[in-house]
Amino acid sequence: MTLTTRPPTPGATRAADPTPPRSTIRALEAEAIEIIREVIAEFDRPALLFSGGKDSAVLLHLARKATAPAPVPLALLHVDTGHNLPEVLAFRDRIVAEGGHRLVVARVEEWIADGRLQERADGTRNPLQTVPLLDTIAAEKFDALLGGGRRDEDRARAKERIFSVRDGFGGWDPRRQRPELWRLYNGRHAPGEHARVFPLSNWTELDVWAYIAAEDVALPEIYYAHERDVWLRDGMWLTPGPWGAPRDGERLQRRTVRYRTVGDGSCTGAVDSQARTIAQVVAEVAASRLTERGATRADDRLSEAAMEDRKREGYF
Amino acid sequence: MTSTLDLGEADTAAADLAQARSQLRLVVAGSVDDGKSTLVGRLLYDTKSILADQYEAIEAASRRRGSDAVDLALLTDGLRAEREQGITIDVAYRYFSTPRRSFVLADTPGHTQYTRNTVTGASTAQAAIVLVDARQGVLPQTRRHLAVLGLLRVPHVVVAVNKMDLVGWDPAVFAAVTAQIDAAAAAVGLADVRSIPVSALTGQHVTPDHVTPEGELDAAGSWYAGPSLLECVEELDVSHDDADAPFRMPVQLVVRPRTPEHPDYRGLAGRVAAGTVRVGDRVTAWPSGLSSTVTGIDSPVGPLQVAVAGDSVTVLLADEIDAGRGQLLAPEDGPAPQVRAQLTGTACWLAERGSAPRQRVLVKAGTATVRGLLGPVEQVWDVDTSNWAPAMNAGAALNDIVRIGVTLAEPIAVDRYADSRWTGGALVIDPDSGATLAALMVGDPAPS
Repeated sequence: MTLTTRPPTPGATRAADPTPPRSTIRALEAEAIEIIREVIAEFDRPALLFSGGKDSAVLLHLARKATAPAPVPLALLHVDTGHNLPEVLAFRDRIVAEGGHRLVVARVEEWIADGRLQERADGTRNPLQTVPLLDTIAAEKFDALLGGGRRDEDRARAKERIFSVRDGFGGWDPRRQRPELWRLYNGRHAPGEHARVFPLSNWTELDVWAYIAAEDVALPEIYYAHERDVWLRDGMWLTPGPWGAPRDGERLQRRTVRYRTVGDGSCTGAVDSQARTIAQVVAEVAASRLTERGATRADDRLSEAAMEDRKREGYF
Repeated sequence: MTSTLDLGEADTAAADLAQARSQLRLVVAGSVDDGKSTLVGRLLYDTKSILADQYEAIEAASRRRGSDAVDLALLTDGLRAEREQGITIDVAYRYFSTPRRSFVLADTPGHTQYTRNTVTGASTAQAAIVLVDARQGVLPQTRRHLAVLGLLRVPHVVVAVNKMDLVGWDPAVFAAVTAQIDAAAAAVGLADVRSIPVSALTGQHVTPDHVTPEGELDAAGSWYAGPSLLECVEELDVSHDDADAPFRMPVQLVVRPRTPEHPDYRGLAGRVAAGTVRVGDRVTAWPSGLSSTVTGIDSPVGPLQVAVAGDSVTVLLADEIDAGRGQLLAPEDGPAPQVRAQLTGTACWLAERGSAPRQRVLVKAGTATVRGLLGPVEQVWDVDTSNWAPAMNAGAALNDIVRIGVTLAEPIAVDRYADSRWTGGALVIDPDSGATLAALMVGDPAPS
């Protein structure tokens, strides 16, 4: 045996385990709740970014636990591209009504209508969300935004801090990030600046689904396999809507699909799936050979640095 | 992208597995050119944590850069500038898992700002992987990494003696490097250090029974019969590192719903930093010094009889004592934290601009943030000799590790860092810019 190990200090006594070691999802849950509580304690006007997607649903679930049995002292903010699946908006409104939350909606269409934004040639509105987001943060005087971003989503996100202070333009400068030590989060900021806080930073897609399974977190039904009219573009199943319909040579067909992410309908695709229950989705995610963004997000395939560029401009 | 997974009847197995495995937080540190990005890429690749689209993307990027082999380093270098310059700038967090454990890996650059980034990555780590080039042995930067891990008191260190294939897997080289490592680790107080001979390039001894796509394992390395790097971190026992210490919980906020359903509910919300707390325990809030009895513990999974280090809970007390944010809960009859208005300790200076004596700062420890005045630098850590040297300047510069004091506007409750990593560390913050200036590890009180 060539392994070199120093023996434990002689005489050191070890108590028996009072409880078994916490599982990954319970450790992640404890960390996320600690982070959410820090935001509630240290900021004056915090809000939670709520799209109706699975990560924001998990985030809201955790926020409720963080202050239970008291109500969640957070406004919900949704940047609405106008390109949402109706099931997701219905889910959003149901959750807001059930929880008695205050929902602030920033509609990208209003910015397009009055000329502050221009529709893109490709019809995709994901990159257009940044300006309405920043304008609404300023108008509502939000000083912290809790988001469901995860470091495993993208290489640029892997460099993101849990507490990320943004300048007046919402910009992210990876070289000027604060070192993040122990469990001491520094959200101190100047007037006009705000913090983006990501309690799910250390979660993977599989962790999110394992947690959804353990807690039975409600989600829009589009996350589970269902019949849908879709057409194939760039290797993704797109569904018709206000964002568009099949072009020449593209054929609409009925398939059994589910969504791994929710986003702008023009660039968010469904995947073939028979996973109709949470447990089946967990099994599918565990066996997947593609990342959720690689499988379903055209906007992240544009370049090696697509996400980095959007984050520098103030994207989520 | 249009393939359908065949879902068998054992659907719940994946969910059970994903819900059952434990988590380990790792930091990986290495000097320039030790092959760290390759090692991290190897761990991700061999645990199947790199998915097909990610692999295709770095395959294509490798080709664009004129390389025949897939450059696994491209996987971890997340920023455009990093890929262009072939360096790692910032701490990156990576995720991989085995059936037994999931891992959060803080990948810290060995290039620029190494101390700042290693301190950051090490502060949350339960274990560290340090890379050493077998051909180079222990370099000054290796000593610096070990010194930082010792200062931050990372409980377990695994040294990957890399590029063993380039020295023909010579056991004598490994023995010599291991002896150097043991001496360097002992000098900085690291107690649990083990060395493993590896080749990140071929994967040998990084993961068990590794066979590369290119061919066979190098038989010259088969003399090593110990666990592979991955098996080693899978089996590390970390369950006692925080749980055996005296109970500590910084109070984050007071939960008071004042709703018709819960008119009188008043709970202290926080994360147990160390030890355990049980219903019926007598606890004291510091600095207030007031005590009460725990009547209930609410948690994300419902009421508990006992909460353990790492749990986020809400503690209910028999009496309405003054115990809001900034207070530290501790056992009434156990070792109490120190209540101090003068902190002395070891600081790692993290800001571009150096410190100045009598500089006005904020100190954040636990959930307390108070104003303070920095003292002059007393001693500086000499990384080459692993010794403290008298300070030549009154200020600390970026990446300096110094002994320094800070006078606080009001007393706060802290532990010695040697006794508790989570309640003995503090941030030094610039009150104007909000920047984090230094990481302070609280030491013994200065003799009065």
